Formats: sequence, C-alpha cells, structure tokens
Amino acid sequence: MTETLPLILATILTAATPLMIAALGEHVVERAGVINLGVEGMMIVGAASGFAVAVLADSSPLGLLAGLLAGLGLAVAFGLAVVVFATNQVATGLALTILGLGLAGLVGQGFVGQPRAAMAPLAIPLLAEIPVVGPALFTGDPVFFLSLGLVALVAFVLSRTRLGLLLRAAGENQDSAHALGLPVMRLRFAAILFGGAMAGLAGAYLSLIYTRFWSPGMSAGRGWIALALVVFAGGKVWRLVFGAYLFGGITVAQLHAQAGAIGLPSQLLSALPYVMTIAALLALSLGGRKGQGAAGSLGQPFVPER
Amino acid sequence: MVRISTRLAAFALALGLSGAAGAQEKLKVGFIYVGPVGDFGWSYQHDQGRKAIEAAFPGKVETSFIESVPEADSERAIEQLARTGHKLIFTTSFGYMEPTLKVAKKYPNVMFEHATGYKRDRNVATYSAKFHEGRYIIGKIAGRMTKTNTIGYVGAVPIPEVIAGINAFYLGAKSVNPDVKIKITWVNEWFNPGKESDAAKALMDQGADIITQHTDSPAPLQQAAARGKFAFGQASDMTRFAEKHILTSIIDDWAPYYVERTRAVLEGKWQSQDVFDGLAKGKVKMGPYVNMPDDVKRLAEETEKAIIAGTADPFLCPVVAQDGRTIECKGGNRLSDEQVVGMNYFVQGIEGTIPK
Repeated sequence: MTETLPLILATILTAATPLMIAALGEHVVERAGVINLGVEGMMIVGAASGFAVAVLADSSPLGLLAGLLAGLGLAVAFGLAVVVFATNQVATGLALTILGLGLAGLVGQGFVGQPRAAMAPLAIPLLAEIPVVGPALFTGDPVFFLSLGLVALVAFVLSRTRLGLLLRAAGENQDSAHALGLPVMRLRFAAILFGGAMAGLAGAYLSLIYTRFWSPGMSAGRGWIALALVVFAGGKVWRLVFGAYLFGGITVAQLHAQAGAIGLPSQLLSALPYVMTIAALLALSLGGRKGQGAAGSLGQPFVPER
Repeated sequence: MVRISTRLAAFALALGLSGAAGAQEKLKVGFIYVGPVGDFGWSYQHDQGRKAIEAAFPGKVETSFIESVPEADSERAIEQLARTGHKLIFTTSFGYMEPTLKVAKKYPNVMFEHATGYKRDRNVATYSAKFHEGRYIIGKIAGRMTKTNTIGYVGAVPIPEVIAGINAFYLGAKSVNPDVKIKITWVNEWFNPGKESDAAKALMDQGADIITQHTDSPAPLQQAAARGKFAFGQASDMTRFAEKHILTSIIDDWAPYYVERTRAVLEGKWQSQDVFDGLAKGKVKMGPYVNMPDDVKRLAEETEKAIIAGTADPFLCPVVAQDGRTIECKGGNRLSDEQVVGMNYFVQGIEGTIPK
C-alpha cells in the first residue's frame, strides 16, 4: 500500500488539476459579474493549439503557453461581444463552446494521432524525500505547482488588494460601481481574459500532460464540470480547491472500487463523483452561515448610462 | 457543434453533387460516420475502407462521407446521401439501425449496409466483425507475459460485443495460465481519454502489469507505457503511441468487404445478407507481435493460424458461465454466431458482475 499510495495520490492530482485551473479562471470571471459558459470551448481550443505548437516547436512549455494564448484569444471575442456589445452572456457563452469545438477540430486536424513524450517531472528538493506524501505532492508536473501558485495569487488578489476589491465591486453591483466612477467594462474585460487564459492552459494540460495526444472532443465535458465547481465554491477560492480535489479523488476512488470488484454497479460508481459533490455542496450550505454566493450583478449585461 | 458540421457537410455535398450531375454515370457510394475520421480508431478505419473503394475502381466509383453524425439525428444525413444519387450507403454505427431502415423504405432502389446491427430488409444488409477472435489471441499473450498474474481490462460500456471480448480474452489468458486473474473497470463512455487513462492507472495500482482496453483512445496504452507496463492497441495499429510497450494491436479492416460489396453493386449481384466474419476473411487483423519473447510470439502466430483454419475458437464448447451453468452448444463444436452476438454473461473464473 505504501508503494501505491503515492501513485494513487498522483493520479488524483492529475485528474483534479485541469478542473481546478479552468474553474479558477471562471471564478474570477464570475466575481466580476460575468458568466462565461464557453469554458469547454476555450479549453478544447487550448488543447488543440497547445498540442499543435508543442509538436511544431518540439517544446511542451511552449505548447502550454500557446494553449493559454489560444484560450485568451477566444476570450477576446467573448469579451467584445458581452462587454462591448452587451450581448446575452448565456447565449454568447454557449456559442463560444460550439465555436471552440469546431475550431479545435480545424486547428488539430494535422496533429491527430501524433504521440508526444512526457514532460520531465519537477521534484522539490528535500520535500520530495518525505515518505508517501513526498513523491506524490512534491514530485509532479510543473503545471501542478503552477496551479497551486495561481490559487494563492487569485485568493490574495481578490481578497487583499485594491484590484480585487474593484473587481468584486463591479460584479456585486454594476450600477453603483459605475456611479462611483469604476471602469466596470475594463475590469470585466480583464477578468474575462484571465478566465480564457486559464481555460486554455487547462486544455493544454489535457493534451500535453494528462493524456499526451490530441483528439477531437478530448475535453469530454470537463469545461462544464469546471463551471459546476465555481457554483460549488460559492465565491470562496478554498472551496473551489476542495471541490476540485474532492471530485478528482472520488473519480479515481470509484475506479479503484471497480477494479477491486466490490460488487456495486459501475454506473452508480461512475455517478458517485457528481453525487458526492452535490452532497458536499448541500452539507456546506446547510452548515455554514449564509455565504456570499454568486455576485449580485452576475449575468446582467451592462450598458452604462451616460 | 456536431449538428452544425453535419449540416455543413451535407450542404457542401449537395452542392458538389449537383455540379457533377451531368458527368458520366459513376456509381456513388456514401458513408455515414459516428465520429470524426480523425479519431484514429473506429471511424478512421471505416474511412480507410472508403479510400480502398476509390483505389479499387478508378473512374467507376465516386465516394463521399458525412462524419460526426449523432446517432439520434442520423436520418437526415442518410436521406441526404440517398437523395443525391448514392446507390450504395454504408452506415457505420449500431445506433443508425432504425434510421437506416426507415430511409431504406423510402428509397427501394438504393442499397444500404449497416454495421454491427441485426435488422435487415430487402435493400438493407448488415455486417460486423469477430473482434473477439483477436481478443482471444491477445489474451494468450497477456497470460504468458504477466508476472503478477493480474491483467487490467478497461471496458467502455457493458454491451454484448464488449462482454464477448472480455470472455474471449479471459479464456485465452486462462488457457495458458490457470492462475491468471482479470480486473475490469468500466469507464461508461467510448471516448474520454482522461478517464480511460485514470482507469488504466487504477488497474495498475491494483497490481495489473498488463493493460488491455475496449475503449477508443490510445490513452490506456500510453499510460501503461509511461509506467513501463505492456498493453495492446485497439481498432487501429497504435504502435506509434508506445513503441516499446505495445504487444500487438487488434485492427479492424473493412476495406476488403467494402470493395467486395461495391463490386457486387457494379455487377448487379448485390443482395441483402448478414456477414459476421473475422480473421479468416481479413476483416480483423493482428498488428505485428512485438516486445515479447519468441515463444510467446510463436504461440500468438499459431493461435492466429488455427483460428483462421477454423480449428481454434475462443468459444469452443463447453463454455461454462460464471454461475456454473454450461451454455448450450448451438454452433457445432462452438457457440453459434448468434450466441456470441447476444452474449450477456461472464464465463466462469471472471470475478465481478456485469453492470445492468
């Protein structure tokens, strides 16, 4: 067991990392009062572009960067539509997902079925020597460590800086924020760009680290799970991290339960991550005080009065 | 997305075809695919068959295809092909069964071929392949290669085709290694590379040192290779994903069948029929046997030859089910094709139950 435990932990971390990164981006977007249902689309474009560039340049780090930029590119289109032209956010987001799925197929066309070597794992000196948890937590892909840094950064910026305060103000009440002279549109545009970059990075993680090849449709709904995690988080970054690892953990645990032949139907076990996530959400909202939940102006188009 | 790309494809097709209407009488052959031709698995292999038709009858045949057609929304796409002058139409997924029959009724002069289904009509033939023959061979290889006597099996969805595959694999492994055990995880999806990969990792964490799969992506193979374990390719030759850790691949080869059926139409001899064949007719092929000792390679080659000669079969009687009952032998000395196509039980020795 002590041999396999680090491996199991590593599997969970790999499963949870793309969800967490994409959800982190969307979290910031929703704090600023915008809902972007195009996460799945930005993710898959990130996966295709990241893989394509990694193959062409023979460099996985460049691929990750390309994935991030591709997500950012789609986010520009989304931002123009919903912020500048104040279109319906739900419809635009859905369109973005459809566009992304098609675009990804196009970008990735020449790269289907090309294999890629794994990225060298990063080991944190000393800490990686700790038995059991050491190899699992302190030896991993660079993006895993990056994701932890991003979580800390987002948590810090949102709750401890002026930028975070302004962003949240724009999301909480767009009219008041505007009346106070805050640049609501610019703040939202910036948040949307960040969300796109994170979704793109998460996508590139899928095609370069999680499974190292490109195939159309490989995101397989993870963008939607990331969106659900944001709801689960209810405005708190720590809950988002908890949710991502809970979801990843149960996904992997149920596969182990199946392989161990514990005699429960596999369909039930496959549904378990979702069931448990809902259960945890219920427990959290019953147990806690009335939390801050979604931003007050979430999803409302903003047309400033002049 | 799928819906839109289908519509665009159909539209483009209609344009192209109307433009070519005045040209010389060529036989038009159409294909409907459930996935993108670039899935390098199921749909990819069907498209290889389409290309083989073009190569076999230069100047006489024109082919077209519509990819990523959702099963529930396939009637429109099939009818589109029928309406635009296609005389032979291959619909290549189980879920196209009813839509194919429906369109076939409206176009009695068009010949339809439906893959993996069981309902036929005067102008609807069905065809499938005995993938389980290949699984019997890889079972023997795995049985000999495993050191932990534990083999991991990543399953997609519990339908008879997959269950027959698991049984054939296990019987093959057991025939060369009585102590072998297989552990099965169901992904409950055909294509989700991340989840397939997690399933393979879970199986290896539980002691499996050989991985086999009945899902569509190369992810399980790739994960096995990443941990220095051996695995098999699925549907197409997946050597490039794990050159040092692939043992062989089970390859679907539809090309000879597609060429034969096209020739039948050209010669006016096409008839509705049901074809279920495998290694002997070359519809199922084995990739190169690599990364294994010579005696295991020889065993695999001999098994392949014996299956082709008809002397070996995964389901030679007696076949005993998991609950101990002996299955009635309806195919001479082996189970009949119908019994294999409808298999809904594990054979004796496999642990675990089939999810209902």
